[in-house]
Amino acid sequence: MDLIKLTNVKKTYRTGVTAIQDLNLRIAKGDFVFIIGSTGCGKSTLIKMLYREEKPTSGQIVVGGIDVGKLRNGKVYKIRRKIGVVFQDYKLLPKSTVFENVAFALEIFGLPKDEIYAKVIKVLELVGLKNKIKNYPSQLSGGEQQRVAIARAIVNGPKLLICDEPTGNLDPETSMEIMQVLEEINKLGTTIIMVTHDINIVKQMNKRVIVLDSGRVLKDYEKGTYSHENN
Amino acid sequence: MKTIRIIVRNIRDAFKGVFRNFSLSFASISCITITLIVVAISMVLSENVDNFTVIVEKDVTIVAFLDNELTSEQIEEIKDKISIIDNVEKYEFKSKQTITEEMRDSSEVFDNIMKNWDDDENPIQNTYQIKVTDINGIKKVADEIKNIDGVTLVKYGEGMVEQLISAFEFIHKICIGAVIALILVTAFLISNTIKITIGSRQREIGIMRLIGASNLNIRIPFIIEGLLLGILGSIIPIATTIYGYTELYKHFDGHLFSNFIKLITPVPFVYKTSVVLLVVGVLVGMFGSWRAVKKHLKI
Repeated sequence: MDLIKLTNVKKTYRTGVTAIQDLNLRIAKGDFVFIIGSTGCGKSTLIKMLYREEKPTSGQIVVGGIDVGKLRNGKVYKIRRKIGVVFQDYKLLPKSTVFENVAFALEIFGLPKDEIYAKVIKVLELVGLKNKIKNYPSQLSGGEQQRVAIARAIVNGPKLLICDEPTGNLDPETSMEIMQVLEEINKLGTTIIMVTHDINIVKQMNKRVIVLDSGRVLKDYEKGTYSHENN
Repeated sequence: MKTIRIIVRNIRDAFKGVFRNFSLSFASISCITITLIVVAISMVLSENVDNFTVIVEKDVTIVAFLDNELTSEQIEEIKDKISIIDNVEKYEFKSKQTITEEMRDSSEVFDNIMKNWDDDENPIQNTYQIKVTDINGIKKVADEIKNIDGVTLVKYGEGMVEQLISAFEFIHKICIGAVIALILVTAFLISNTIKITIGSRQREIGIMRLIGASNLNIRIPFIIEGLLLGILGSIIPIATTIYGYTELYKHFDGHLFSNFIKLITPVPFVYKTSVVLLVVGVLVGMFGSWRAVKKHLKI
């Protein structure tokens, strides 16, 4: 069953630049998909449209049954609550501890303290940071900070996790650790879409790969075929 | 329970916001304090002036002096004519004898002069003493009475009453003008404080948006912060009003300058004024932050 369905999507910015055109795409529940392509190919625009940071100029984007393009600004939170987003620069609160950073995503919805504690600990355990709950971001390595960001993104139990170059600032070894965490999360049923430039990661993970070029889908590879054709 | 937890969290965040930018918050609180002190002074002044106006209005009487040659039937006719004039609340006939008696009772000097007057010698005239419903229409009533045959003279302290009322109105207007100007300046300052708070919390706001916080989730802590500034700014004015006015009342023994000008008793006046100050403080704070949120927090 499709979690995401894009039909004839086009996105032209006010500057006149067309970032996405004639894009048709389906992503099933529980999938792990890489989106790759050269700079300016439309990767970022595509994922921004998925979490409704940008609106398509035309066409339809349905995520988890919600027509994202038709959402008014005041209702964007409805889709955001179904999606977790992880960025290259982590976007953590520097003056809050690891625990507070993750709990923040639950506190604003008014969950009881004991429930927040249980959920945060569970998710920090999943990303391997249970022993660092009292540390501040500045006391953590890049990989650990990214794990905190992942923990915060999934603590609400989203159906979809969007990762915008999550390993962009990390060394190869740490990157693979992050990928292992993401694979664990995917195994638990969360659909993952990851934008990356790191071909090695894509090859090693052996997942579905969508290659974008000039805002269009150039190739859509099933597992394993990508590394073969590009070598 | 969920709503209460969200409210508690918002209040906690608002407190954090106040102390995070303390110098700015302090400037806003000080401005609210000064504004509210002026509001308090204006209220004390205008309420007392209103009170005094009511007393003056109650006391102002039109005295219509009658020709001493009139017969009792003619005096009755004048009464009928007075009774049908608009704005006349009540009227009372006071004979020259009664007035003479009152004057003699009030002063030994008068008594000495008047005691030997017989009825023909007595220059004092019979009068009608008239009270009006609306003090602003007193001149019109006096003019109408003046035109009645048999009325030789009409007096009501003209000039003095009008001057007094226009002076009161002037004070009232000055107070209202000052309060409005100060409220606008304060709202602007609070708006600036909240704008800077929003600026310093952009990262947090961005994360809140990403994880699905609604517009209300994001905006409410800032509105509460403005509300909090309003409450903190109203503490000193409220204390000053309660303590200051009570002491002032005690010091002047309830009267200002003479027994004629009575001050309003402190209780419940000071408490009512305090509630108004708190409400004004809160509204100004909320308005200021709402303006900043609307302008600078694009969602």
